[in-house]
Amino acid sequence: MSTATASKTSTAPAEKPKRPFNWGSLRTYISAVIILIWCLAPFYWMLVTAFRDVGYTFDTTPFFTHITWDNFATVFDESLGNHFGRNLLNSLIVGAVTTVVALLVGVFAAYALARLNFRFKFVVLGFILGASMFPGVALVTPLFQLFTNIGWFGTYQALIIPNISFVLPLTVYTLTSFFREMPWELEEAARIDGCTQGQAFRKVILPLAAPATFTTAILAFIASWNEFLIASQLSNDSTKTVTVAIAYFAGAQPHQEPYTAVMAAGTVVTIPLVILVLVFQRKIVAGLTAGAVK
Amino acid sequence: MKSKKFLLPAAVAGVLALSLTACGGGGGGGGTSSGGASGDAANNLDGRGPITYVQGKDNSNVVRPLIEKWNAAHPDEKVTFKEQSDQADQQHDDLVQNFQAKNANYDVMSVDLIWVAEFAAKGWLQPLKDKTAISTDGMLESTVKSATYNNTLYAAPQSSDGGILYYRSDLVTTPPKTWDEMMKMCDIAKQNNIGCYAGQFQKYEGLTVNAAEAINSAGGKIVDDSGKAAVNSAEAKAGLNNLVQAYKDGNIPTEAITFQEEQGRQAFEAGKLLFLRNWPYVYNLAKTDGSSTVKDTFKMAPLPGKDGPGASSLGGHNIAMSVYSKNKATVADFIKFITSEETQRFYATQGSLAPVLTKLYDDQELVTKLPYLPVLKTSIENAVPRPVTPFYPAVTKAVQDNAYAALKGEKTVDSAISDMQAAIESAGAK
Amino acid sequence: MSTELQKPDATATAGHTMPSRESADRKQLTQGRWAYTLLAPSLILLAVVIIYPVLNAIIMSFQKDSGLDPATGFFSEGGPAGFENYTHWLLQQCTAPGGGSVACPPGTLGAQFWDSMGTTFFFTVVTVAFETVLGFWMAIIMARAFRGRSLIRAAVLVPWAIPTAVTAKLWFFIFAFEGIANKLFGTQILWTGSEWPAKWAIIIADVWKTTPFMALLILAGLQLIPDEVYEAAKVDGASTWQRFRLITLPLVKPALMVAILFRVLDALRMYDLPAIMTQGANGTTTLSILVVQQIRQGFNTAAALSTITFLVIFLVAFIFVRFLGANAVDAATSSGKAK
Repeated sequence: MSTATASKTSTAPAEKPKRPFNWGSLRTYISAVIILIWCLAPFYWMLVTAFRDVGYTFDTTPFFTHITWDNFATVFDESLGNHFGRNLLNSLIVGAVTTVVALLVGVFAAYALARLNFRFKFVVLGFILGASMFPGVALVTPLFQLFTNIGWFGTYQALIIPNISFVLPLTVYTLTSFFREMPWELEEAARIDGCTQGQAFRKVILPLAAPATFTTAILAFIASWNEFLIASQLSNDSTKTVTVAIAYFAGAQPHQEPYTAVMAAGTVVTIPLVILVLVFQRKIVAGLTAGAVK
Repeated sequence: MKSKKFLLPAAVAGVLALSLTACGGGGGGGGTSSGGASGDAANNLDGRGPITYVQGKDNSNVVRPLIEKWNAAHPDEKVTFKEQSDQADQQHDDLVQNFQAKNANYDVMSVDLIWVAEFAAKGWLQPLKDKTAISTDGMLESTVKSATYNNTLYAAPQSSDGGILYYRSDLVTTPPKTWDEMMKMCDIAKQNNIGCYAGQFQKYEGLTVNAAEAINSAGGKIVDDSGKAAVNSAEAKAGLNNLVQAYKDGNIPTEAITFQEEQGRQAFEAGKLLFLRNWPYVYNLAKTDGSSTVKDTFKMAPLPGKDGPGASSLGGHNIAMSVYSKNKATVADFIKFITSEETQRFYATQGSLAPVLTKLYDDQELVTKLPYLPVLKTSIENAVPRPVTPFYPAVTKAVQDNAYAALKGEKTVDSAISDMQAAIESAGAK
Repeated sequence: MSTELQKPDATATAGHTMPSRESADRKQLTQGRWAYTLLAPSLILLAVVIIYPVLNAIIMSFQKDSGLDPATGFFSEGGPAGFENYTHWLLQQCTAPGGGSVACPPGTLGAQFWDSMGTTFFFTVVTVAFETVLGFWMAIIMARAFRGRSLIRAAVLVPWAIPTAVTAKLWFFIFAFEGIANKLFGTQILWTGSEWPAKWAIIIADVWKTTPFMALLILAGLQLIPDEVYEAAKVDGASTWQRFRLITLPLVKPALMVAILFRVLDALRMYDLPAIMTQGANGTTTLSILVVQQIRQGFNTAAALSTITFLVIFLVAFIFVRFLGANAVDAATSSGKAK
């Protein structure tokens, strides 16, 4: 283990930097390795399966054997009626719009809940949670009828609006809790220093709120990205999302389970998403927090 | 800031108006249609024009070429293919949603044969008689039976499927004809240190298939011809007891309680089973899979029964016409096209789907390509459709829950069968 | 509670010193109007997707499911049901073949109601407990500055980024008898075929999948704590455990409670994992699975079950928010009642 990394950890900042052996740091690394294994071991198995020849689907050799790209080719094979690129784009559109709208709308609501004084707040809070209380499976049929009646079947909004409602409660609640923890007196202070309310918000509050908002955005985006029930009933061929597309994969014969193709599709869905989140985290959040007062 | 303040309520009003108009048309969604059914069934009988064909995922690219062929010949009555998920449950729910919404764009659909009675009783399927009549001459009798409800044909057999006994030809020279013979051969399995027999025993639809086969093969039945519960008989008990006893004795290996089709195939291909009950699809895969260790050492036989071939549960799909279709004459022609000999042959060669026409099973060219056809013919000729009842979801649940409990030894065969009877009765008692 | 001590009260921060009751009331009135304008878009969006289906379900739950008319062989409308659909579940009463009611026989959905209620709560308590502890630990590690931290942050996202349906298939595959789990550990466990292993298989899969959700929310909460607070505590000689208990925990509590609250609400509606991994066998039938199976048998009875589930979850959420102090909510509410 790299004992040289006498890095300053935020929980143990007061420890002497020149100590020969940093037990705290070693513990951190061991923990990190355990977390890595726990999170990635099943994913590793998914990759192994995704790259395995379909004739060896049930092989349990724990490392890459019978490697092939065939499963990925199947995923994107248009002659089999798979339009996975299109499906990815749809998921991206639905996820992005859902996230942006939910955050925008959620920020208003959270601000009101955290900072304003009004009647029936408890009722409003309860109502907002309501969307997370009804069994999702029981929402599908009424929504299907509602949206087909107004001609929204197969449109993006038929997928986006339910998605927003599903992620809104979490968005509002997390943002509310973070807004309440923020040092709003800094905003006042900035205004006394001559900032307008807008400037105070942009220069002081926004950087502080960025990590929490970003976390909320990730959670909302992934929730929408993973949504299946509504999309399976209300999308058509041109608006079908990836989760639905994966459910449509089939083995070459009836009864044959398309494990390898499903795992390949799962990989195609997961890796870009993780990269996307990382890039956003680096570029945007780092940029925003750079000037933070912390 | 100011302008926003006024914009918001406007947006509120807009969305509210939208949702209100929507509520007006919403309707109950209960999905009944006693009165309306005859009305819808009498409409658009001569309608011709473009139609939509709905089917689960097109596994082996059979549907698209067929539809292209049809469209080339019928430029004014083109068929659009609406593909559904690969999962049977999801296909079922999707069809129900669209029937409830009286969607005229779901004209003709492939339905798993266990859904026919339910959809027919709900009034969603067009009876295939009079102007929309389809001839069933030359079709396997059991497949026609699976498409019939209340003595009326509500769908046309489209593709069939039946259980087959796969056995290790290097260890067993003559396959067992009866269940008892097979159990006796289990000693061979013990000597070779492998499992003897497995089917599909996880608690899912496959268990209903296997339990029904055991019960039917022993001379019992689950529901009678009028759809009433009739499982409480000595024969049914004996049938279920065959499975339960075999599991207890270890002739069915312990892990088989976790088997669906694919896990059974895996175990058989790995050389861990002497006998396997499965569908015809296993044949090609066990011959070609890289990981298969039994490529040249297995053969097929009809399922063993009490005194001769057993009663397989029938699998497969039927093709049905929606009562809400606007172009029923076109749909009827399309159904005839799908059930034609030419299409059935194409199904078999391109998609390994078992045909519904009897004579194709003796067709030399097909048999060369699909060597399991003769065995499958015996299987399907002796096959019993799974209970034909509009309460199928409740019936299959009753069978699965109780058969599973009996297999695991949580209840006796006697009480499993009488609970099964009571649960099926309760399903129809509303 | 302790947050209130550490942090200035919200109403005070907002800078409303209230000279008299009257002006406070007026203030609340104008703030109220402004607040509802801000809340309107959220409430409308939720209303479309929630109110209509819920009202729809409640109305339907008082209708009988269509019954088969033996004369025609077709289903016919069931008519009003009163509370029959509710007693069907709560008292496990089924219609007897000749009319009247009997206890639901084994193998019907009605007979499973209380079992699946128990299963649902069991899964909820166990999974959320594991997820909280693991998530906290992961968040603390991720909050530390060390080389490779971004790798960990990426890795933690992976389980959560895989679509649930794929996750369920993956674990089903892993926990097959001849699967990789038994092979790696040299065991012969019937993961999906026996009572406790089946439960644990589902718990493991669920914890794996959703711990990142907890970890990320807690991490966001941790990042709001200024380093100086810890340094000051260290100077005062507080031990690691004391620092955790007295600083970290109270300051993260709002974020933590929100995370737990939403995990509880989600876990109470768990569907995909047990549906795909065990199909509800071996005591893994959750309320949502029961709802889905019942929808296929009769929509109105399913509506009653959905409504019951809704009420149960509502009750849990209410208790959570009111008595266990989902802090963000709690504090926000108390400031709502004019002090």
